[in-house]
Amino acid sequence: MTIDYSQFLSMSEEVSLLAVVLVLFIADLFTCGKEERALACATADGAEACGCSCCGHMRALLPVVLLLAQTIFILCNISTDAQAVNTAFGGMYESTGMMTALKATLNVGAIIVFLMSSKWLGAAENRIKQGEFYTVTLFTLLGMYFMISSGHFLMFFIGLELASIPMTALIAYDKKRTESAEAGAKFILLALFSAALLLYGISLLYGAAGTLYFSKMASMPVNLLSILGLVLFISGMGFKISLVPFHLWTADTYEGAPTPVTAFLSVISKGSAAFVLFTILAKVFGAGSGFFGLWSVGFFWIIVVSITVANLFAIRQKNLKRFMAFSAISQAGYLVLAVMGVTEQGMAALVFYLLVYLAANLGAFAVIHVIEQNSGKVGIDDYNGLYQTNPKLAFLMTLCLFSLAGIPPFAGFFSKFFVFMAAFNAGYYLLVFIALVNTVISLYYYLLIVKAMYIQKNDAPIATFTSDCGTRAALVLCTIGVILLGIVSAFYDGLSHLAGITL
Amino acid sequence: MEYTLLILLLPFFSFLFLGICGKWLSHKTAGLVGTSVLGIVTILSYMTAYAYFTAPRGEDGTFATLLPYNFEWLPMGNLHFDLGIMLDPISVMMLIVISTVSLMVHIYSFGYMHGERGFQRYYAFLSLFTMSMLGLVVATNIFQMYMFWELVGVSSYLLIGFYFTSPAAIAASKKAFIVTRFADMFFLIGILIYGYFAGTFNFVEAGADGQVVDTMGQICGFDADAAKFIPVALGLMFIGGAGKSAMFPLHIWLPDAMEGPTPVSALIHAATMVVAGVFLIARMMPLLQSFGTIGGHTVLGIVVWVGVFTAFYAAAVACAQSDIKRVLAFSTISQIAFMMVALGVCTELPTGHHHVGSLGYMASMFHLFTHAMFKALLFLGAGCIIHAVHSNEMSAMGGLRKYMPITHITFLIACLAIAGIPPFSGFFSKDEILTACFAYSPFVGWFMTAIAAMTAFYMFRLYYGIFWGTENEELHAHHTPHEAPLVMTLPLIFLAVVTCAAGFIPFGHFVSADGQAYDIHLDWGVAGTSIVIAVCSILLATFIYIRKRQPVADSMAEKFSGLHRWAYKRFYMDEVYQYVTHRIIFAHISKPIAWFDRHIIDGFFDFLAWGANALGYRIRGLQSGAVQKYAFVFFLGILALTLMFLLA
Repeated sequence: MTIDYSQFLSMSEEVSLLAVVLVLFIADLFTCGKEERALACATADGAEACGCSCCGHMRALLPVVLLLAQTIFILCNISTDAQAVNTAFGGMYESTGMMTALKATLNVGAIIVFLMSSKWLGAAENRIKQGEFYTVTLFTLLGMYFMISSGHFLMFFIGLELASIPMTALIAYDKKRTESAEAGAKFILLALFSAALLLYGISLLYGAAGTLYFSKMASMPVNLLSILGLVLFISGMGFKISLVPFHLWTADTYEGAPTPVTAFLSVISKGSAAFVLFTILAKVFGAGSGFFGLWSVGFFWIIVVSITVANLFAIRQKNLKRFMAFSAISQAGYLVLAVMGVTEQGMAALVFYLLVYLAANLGAFAVIHVIEQNSGKVGIDDYNGLYQTNPKLAFLMTLCLFSLAGIPPFAGFFSKFFVFMAAFNAGYYLLVFIALVNTVISLYYYLLIVKAMYIQKNDAPIATFTSDCGTRAALVLCTIGVILLGIVSAFYDGLSHLAGITL
Repeated sequence: MEYTLLILLLPFFSFLFLGICGKWLSHKTAGLVGTSVLGIVTILSYMTAYAYFTAPRGEDGTFATLLPYNFEWLPMGNLHFDLGIMLDPISVMMLIVISTVSLMVHIYSFGYMHGERGFQRYYAFLSLFTMSMLGLVVATNIFQMYMFWELVGVSSYLLIGFYFTSPAAIAASKKAFIVTRFADMFFLIGILIYGYFAGTFNFVEAGADGQVVDTMGQICGFDADAAKFIPVALGLMFIGGAGKSAMFPLHIWLPDAMEGPTPVSALIHAATMVVAGVFLIARMMPLLQSFGTIGGHTVLGIVVWVGVFTAFYAAAVACAQSDIKRVLAFSTISQIAFMMVALGVCTELPTGHHHVGSLGYMASMFHLFTHAMFKALLFLGAGCIIHAVHSNEMSAMGGLRKYMPITHITFLIACLAIAGIPPFSGFFSKDEILTACFAYSPFVGWFMTAIAAMTAFYMFRLYYGIFWGTENEELHAHHTPHEAPLVMTLPLIFLAVVTCAAGFIPFGHFVSADGQAYDIHLDWGVAGTSIVIAVCSILLATFIYIRKRQPVADSMAEKFSGLHRWAYKRFYMDEVYQYVTHRIIFAHISKPIAWFDRHIIDGFFDFLAWGANALGYRIRGLQSGAVQKYAFVFFLGILALTLMFLLA
């Protein structure tokens, strides 16, 4: 059998990302000489002395520029026809305009993460492994690309694994810090656990349907085998999206992982998984099949429990990164709310929610990260009086938290509104009501942070400092997103034009 | 006409620039930036007007409506909100009025606001206001108009409260904002009802072949059933317009708004913002004429009677005020009421060259134009006087004509214009309004003529009180009043020249009800009567107020002390409002609601928060940190889901 290599051309998004990864990998090998590396390794500030800062800037800038170029490339080739599907390798691979838009969104998220982590990676103890951060991160991104564009369960599983295994390396990136190593260990154990169950579920589905192509599985009979397969699939996805009760790893991992990795995990990893959940549920267990009623009820409870439990835990957190973990679980509940009913409106709402959540959450993490870098503090009480010393950061943090809480006129209000509208139109009135009540509770805990920054007195507040250019650029991008995404209607309009459920 | 976008964008950028970078700029730079931007805007507005009015008329003899910009901003089901720029005779006319007066005020403020704290902020707000007002008049749809309408309200609020250390200014700014917002609530409801029944918010739309489609004209063609509630919507919109244009009983904010800097009063509370309501009615005129009947009363009829009463009421109050800015404020209310009446008496759709029934439209717009110029002149003149004597009270003035010759002459010109003495502009426009009123009903005609006489009387009472009469010895002991600097007198001279000349503009050739050229004919019966009456009033005022002592005025005030007191206290309208809001609404409606909110609603949410907190404490053991426990819970989750699916 011969492979028609021209099929790779229809995977231009994945191929171009792979090219970026390879260029970065090679560039990392050759940009900084061996002596310098050794020097940097030996003496903490040796590289500074030998004038490597220019080289360091280039190393931080190159991934951003390449990824930006790749984003522009895939956006230029976006197909605007909602019904057009671009397939390759006999249906293993499928791509639509909406998927391209989502990939571009994830890219923007990765760019923001790169920007915010540039100073941290340039620090003496990380410089030697700076290049690894970029390549490993982009490999997980590549895994997500495959996962998003999969047309077959095995393809999906490979993508999923490609996205999670390098993720462990990222979580344990600060390997000399015990918390980071511990978080990595916990993550890999539970990730393998859930992946094994997911694979088991897939094998059960194969038993029931006799095929693993999404397009051919819609006529699968509803029996014990397929139901158990569905349950295991949902639990595996629940792990990736961190839905209750599959969420327990989240808080420990978020707390222990380096902050940029937490940011990446909380938005990009979660977002891609939520989208894949949507497409697979739509294609395999769609509205016409007998599974629809089952998983509708299941997700009803999962969403209610996720949002509520996460809110309850978030209220009592003392560590800001743990706090953000529970906030992220609760946000995941809203994200999955858009899946309910698997309508086109829901698809547009989901990607839009993700886009807005990306801006707000990465913005909040950028602030947390820069403060952690400059003062080493991540406790909520440490933020008392932040407005006195760092008014701009406090203000940006407030904007992001307001957006996360869904206060108009920030983008978060619009994204929640569209998600609620989608679920409401799909007929889930009670669920929307419960979610609305929970937004009130979430407002309470987001405002606790704002209160700490603006109102609480502190004898020794975090000292005034100036942020580095990378963080500033990241914060500017996030702020623009938080303010403009909602008001400028073109974003949601564009997404709703792209949204189409194709089988 | 693509450059018309700059007319809106330039002041907006000037606002952003001055607002953000203002504190690093010197006063002079900030003022120069604001003023030169406005200068460019004025030039662009004049270019637009020149290009618009010199373009050949269409086949039906009207100027084509242009739509240089219009894009869909927010789609909402089958309705959509657009943003754009629409040029038609009245919007182009308003561009001229706004940019001219605003430029004069910008220049004048250099002198008047010299050395004030927050000078840059002042210019930033002026730019914001100008942008909003320009956006309001070029709106392509009622919703865009509403957005800019609110922006105008906000900038007015900011400028009235400019002296934010003075409690009176804070109270006045809040009052202005709350009263106009209250009226705007009805406006918004009206807009929503209108949108629902009309199916669009647009006045005009861009057609398929680039032609401008007259959407409002199509709605006029709806049958009575389809348009059942449009009259109600129009009535609600008029309430909004009445709030902004200070019609009785929503006028109470305007006199207090005089707490703001005087140039602001000239720009916002005399020439531009307060005529927004008149502009709104003029804009909706086709609809009002086609079907504006609520339960047997036409909306235009309501406009007439509200206008007539307001004109009389404000003129009566103006006769008894002693604060010169308040006199001018009530005079403004009265004059805007004239414009409203003129629109209200426009009862017939214009057919052919028969202009009797629709003369009022042209008259109203003409008066809006001339009034903007001479009333701005009066306010700026009052600003010079206040600048010189440091008081608003007439008692602190007197005999100023020797010390301030330019202010004196220009003020006199404006007084003659508002009194309706030819050849000053006010005569021509007021005469058209009176002619239209006589055509509507002789009663309205005579009543408005009488109010015109009152206008002449109180304006000359003001004039003599300031420039003649007893000199204020106490003030002169400190320092002799002197003429204002050139930056302040130049705008006065310019506006005075406009006031002298504007009457001879063939206004009917630019703006008329049906858009066709119309030659203004003076009806000498009406004009002669009004001149005679105005001259008599002026002579009466001269007789009473020109001398150093005013025995006649004092004895009259004593004889009719009750009436004088009532008029001085503005017929206790503010007290009525106080009573209604505090005693009735606050005590009997707001208090119970507040109790319900504090105890029931807040109690519920407090309970929610407390419950969440307590529950969070209970279930904290779930997050223990042990991986095996996490896996166990994971399994339990799968089990629960499986059971749920199997049992479902």
